[in-house]
Formats: sequence, C-alpha cells, structure tokens
Amino acid sequence: MKFLRNIFDNLEPKVKDNKFLHTVYDGFETFFFTPKEVTTGPGVHIRDGIDLKRTMVLVVLALQLCLLFGMWNIGHQHYNALGLYPGVGDSIFTKFLYGALQLLPIIIVAHVVGLGIEFFFAAKKGHAIEEGFLVSGMLIPLIMPPDIPLWMLALAVAFAVIIAKEAFGGTGMNILNIALTARVFLFFAYPTEISGDNCWVAYDYNWLHSIFGMGDATMNALGLSSLPEGGWKSLVTDGFSGATPLALAAKGGWEAVTNQYTVSEMFWGFIPGSVGEMCKPAIIFGMIMLIVTRIASWRIMISMILGAVAMGLILNAVGANPFMQVPFYQHLIMGSFMFAMVYMATDPVTAAQTETGKWIYGFMIGFIGMIVRVLNPAYPEGWMLAILFLNVFAPTIDHYIYQRNIKRRLSRAA
Amino acid sequence: MSEVAEKEPLLSKKNRKLLSDPLDDNNPITVQVLGICSALAVTSQLKPSIIMAICVIFVISFANLIVASIRKIMPGRIRMIVQLIIIAALVTIVDIFLKAFAFDVSKELSVFIGLIITNCIVMGRLEAFAMGNKPWPAFLDGIGNGLGYGLILIIVGGLRELFGAGTLLGFPILNADEGSFLHGIGYQHNGIMATPAAAMFIIGILIWIQRARNQKLVDIS
Repeated sequence: MKFLRNIFDNLEPKVKDNKFLHTVYDGFETFFFTPKEVTTGPGVHIRDGIDLKRTMVLVVLALQLCLLFGMWNIGHQHYNALGLYPGVGDSIFTKFLYGALQLLPIIIVAHVVGLGIEFFFAAKKGHAIEEGFLVSGMLIPLIMPPDIPLWMLALAVAFAVIIAKEAFGGTGMNILNIALTARVFLFFAYPTEISGDNCWVAYDYNWLHSIFGMGDATMNALGLSSLPEGGWKSLVTDGFSGATPLALAAKGGWEAVTNQYTVSEMFWGFIPGSVGEMCKPAIIFGMIMLIVTRIASWRIMISMILGAVAMGLILNAVGANPFMQVPFYQHLIMGSFMFAMVYMATDPVTAAQTETGKWIYGFMIGFIGMIVRVLNPAYPEGWMLAILFLNVFAPTIDHYIYQRNIKRRLSRAA
Repeated sequence: MSEVAEKEPLLSKKNRKLLSDPLDDNNPITVQVLGICSALAVTSQLKPSIIMAICVIFVISFANLIVASIRKIMPGRIRMIVQLIIIAALVTIVDIFLKAFAFDVSKELSVFIGLIITNCIVMGRLEAFAMGNKPWPAFLDGIGNGLGYGLILIIVGGLRELFGAGTLLGFPILNADEGSFLHGIGYQHNGIMATPAAAMFIIGILIWIQRARNQKLVDIS
C-alpha cells in the first residue's frame, strides 16, 4: 500500500497541468485509495460510508463466479462440439484455459473502449472519472456470445457509452442500462452474430490460443495433421448442436428441450449460451451477495419472478402451441432469466426508485419479458427488451407513486 | 421584384443571410426540429434523399414566392386554406413530374411526396416568413430552408446507405459480398442503419455536434 501511495504521490505533480492525464490519474488514485474528502454536514441522502467506487467493485466481485464458470463453459462447449473430453470433469484446466483466452480479448476490448470514452468525456467536462463503467465493462462480456467479433463489440460499447450514457450526462444519469444497450445494438445491427444456433459456441482458435499451442494440441487429439478446408466448424461432430434450450423450446416445446438437455444440465449451466448467464448456482451466489450488501433490490427480483410466473401460468392455461405448454417453473432456469433478474433489472440507476415502484417495475419486466420470449418468434429471449422497455417507463412509474403519495398526504392535511 | 432590385442588390448581405442561415444557425431540422417525419422515413438511401430534397426545395421556394406575392390581397381569415391549396398544387406538379420522368423513384418515395403538403417546414415558412416579406426575399428564404432540410437529408441518407448497404447512389463503396476484401476481414453491414431508428440517432448526433460547436444555439429551445 505504501508502495502504491508513493507512486501516486510522485506522479501527482507531473500530471497536474495536463487536463486529460490528471483525469486519468485521479480516476486511478481514487480507485486504489478511498479519497480523503468526505461529505460534511447533515444530508438526508447520505446513508452509508460506502462510495460509488466501492459499490461498483462489489458488483464486479459478485460477477466473478459467473465469469470463471463462463470461461470454463466456453471451453467445455468448444471441446464438446469437436467431440473431445465429453465429461464435465475431463481436462478442466484445458477447457478453462481455452475459455479464458477466448474471453480475455473481449473483456479487454470492452474495458479499453468504454473506459477510453469515459476518460475522454470526464476530461472534457472537467469531472472526475465516473466509475459506472466498471460494472458495465464486466457485464458486457458476460452477455455476449463467446465468439463475437471484436470490432463489433467495440462499436457496440462505443454506441452504448456515448448514446445511452454520456449523452444523458454520465454515470447515474442514464435512462437505459448500458450493458443491455450494447447488446441490443448488436442484436439489431448484426443479428447473425448474436442469434440463431451457431453463435453460442466458440469454434475457432485465436492468436492467444496459438501461443499456448492449443490448436495444434486439439488437432493431435483429433488425429489430424492439418486443418481441413472448412476450418474448425467443419470438424463439429454430427451429434452436437449449438442450439440453446429456448431455441429448442420454440421449435418443439419442453419435449425438444429435454431430448437434448437435462434439467440439471440447465441448472448447473453445461449448455451453450451467452458467457455468464448459464450457471444458476453462480448467479444465486452473486444474488445473495448483492442482497446482503443491499446493493441490489430484492423487491425487484421477487416481483420479477412473480411477473414471469404469472405470465407463465397464463401461457400454460392457454397452451396453444408447444412453447406455451412449457411448464412455467422451467422458464426460470432457461435462457438468461436469472442473470437478467439479478444483474440487469436491479441496476440501481435505471430501475424505479420508489419501493412500490420497484414492485411494479419488476413485475412488469417479468410479465412482458415472458410475452416476448414465448409469443414473439422474432426474438428468442425477452429480458433484454423487457428491461430496456421498463427502464424507459421507470421515471413514469415513480412519478405516479410520488403523486399518489402527495395526494394522500394532502388529503390528511385538509 | 423590380422594386426590391432598385433598393438593394439581388444578393445583398441580408439576402445572402436568408440563404445561409437555414444551413446552420437556423436549420429547419436540427434547430427548429421540423420535418423530422420525412427525414426518418425516406433516408434509407441517398438517391431518394436527394430527390426528396429537390422536391421540397421546389415546393417551399415557389410556395413562398406565390404566397408573398399575393399576401396583401389574401383575406386573413382564409389564408391557411389558400396556402394549403398553393402547396397542394405545387406538390401535385412535383408528383406528376416524378411519375412521368422518374417512375422508380416515385414508387420508392410513394406517399412521402404527397406528404410534403403536411411537412411542417413548408407551412412554417409561409406563416413565419412569406406572409410578412416581399416575394424575392421569401423566394430566397424558401430555397435556403429547402437547402438546410436537404443538407441534413443527404447527410443522413448518405451515412445510412453507406453503412447499411455499403453503397452510395447504388455504387458499391463498402463491398462486403462473398469473396471481397471486407468480407474476408469480417466486415458486415449494420442492420440498424437500414431501419428508421438509425436516422433518429444520426439526427440526434448531428444536433449534438452542432450545438457543441455553436454555443449560441444552446439555450434557444
């Protein structure tokens, strides 16, 4: 700590005069050390000693288990597709290394682009760096397919940070969730990369893998001397399908899902999909952590489950096609429901602020998300769109809660 | 018009300002936020954007000219109806002209030519400028506003066509077909650019850039 403090103290006079450098310096200094300035005097809004940076870091910590599992699962799906190491316990380290090296460029690009823009705007506005992007930068890799092209990712992150955040005035002022905006941009701009059956498994090897000789090792294991014409994709074994449970359910209902995946596979997350959304125990761990530290609202989570269950029951009652007949409780472990509920819907900036509003907000997300998921064939998953939709409505919900409160208290005074 | 020419040259400083103001300081789309509907709807490609711009320049300048010429004999109570009839007549001329000489574009623009009648810029300029000015300045004001509108349309249409389909006026610029260089390095056309939502973003960004450069606009609205 002393060593770090010395570095910062030595740097300070050097960067003092350059606006941009000083912004960067300030950002890192407050990241490592709690700033000395404290809010003085009474303030009704101060409820805790924890500042924004500490809040954000806790969310990032809560995401780590999802991230680690996601790394392993990328490798697991990759080797499964090639017909190697089919068991969950086989070659854990190789799978993890493959996934980690696949995900590393994605994480780096998301952070470099996002923080770069953040630093630029902070210097331009003469503000301290707002650290909201730490969470977005961690969330974005977790909601991407594992082989998303990096330039598309960079474009999406730039779009999300500039349009959804800086245009509204930076961290805490954004109406839409940044990570979901990045994803929705990709979803509409480059739909082939982020929907369908082929995008959820990483097939190729990048240059990081080749440093460790992973491609050659795999070829040896497959008994090949050189890569065939069609690349790695042509080596996929016949029995393997990259289809997600939701894609299967849309085609053939619950039966089609259980033909390919068991419920425990879906619960533990040994299935293809976005990087972080698979492993439900890891998400539950993060959920408990966020609820205990009171960063995420348990009201939103519970009401979102209630909304999804309510709509699920309605759909079950109608039951007009196989997808509608999927038991409502199974919807909770399919797709990204849990991940969206824990990390996306509860975003303290974009969610409703009032306690009653949170119940309405969460319930509507669950309700609408389920409608989009089951009834709209164009969108395989509904939570991204439902959460963004309710993000837009959150201020309206709050407005009516406030008005009702004002009216009630006025009537008491009259 | 001869009266004007005696007093001041045809392109005096004041008149030049009528032409140049709507291009930046008083742009009908980015400052007055008028005519957004057609700016979102017809700008998926550059060609219809240009045609639309020309049509609007024609309609708005001649409507201004005619209304300014008859502004003193027009009864105040029915002026809206008279203005509408003049605009409608001009739009019909444009529509028939396009059908005769550029049928493909006419089909592409479909109802949006007819909807120039409802374009707020036209009515807005008639009410705000032509009703109180002489024909020649009114004509210039019409051309200026039409150009300001067309400028934004062409920027938006060009960007959308270039990044949405990789072409400009139908010529391939960013070719991402199978076998091309860009396809080889993994370039893909942007699907959002093909939807009107992209026009919304581009116009928003244009407004942002313009206001960042031009501080006197910031507190107007």
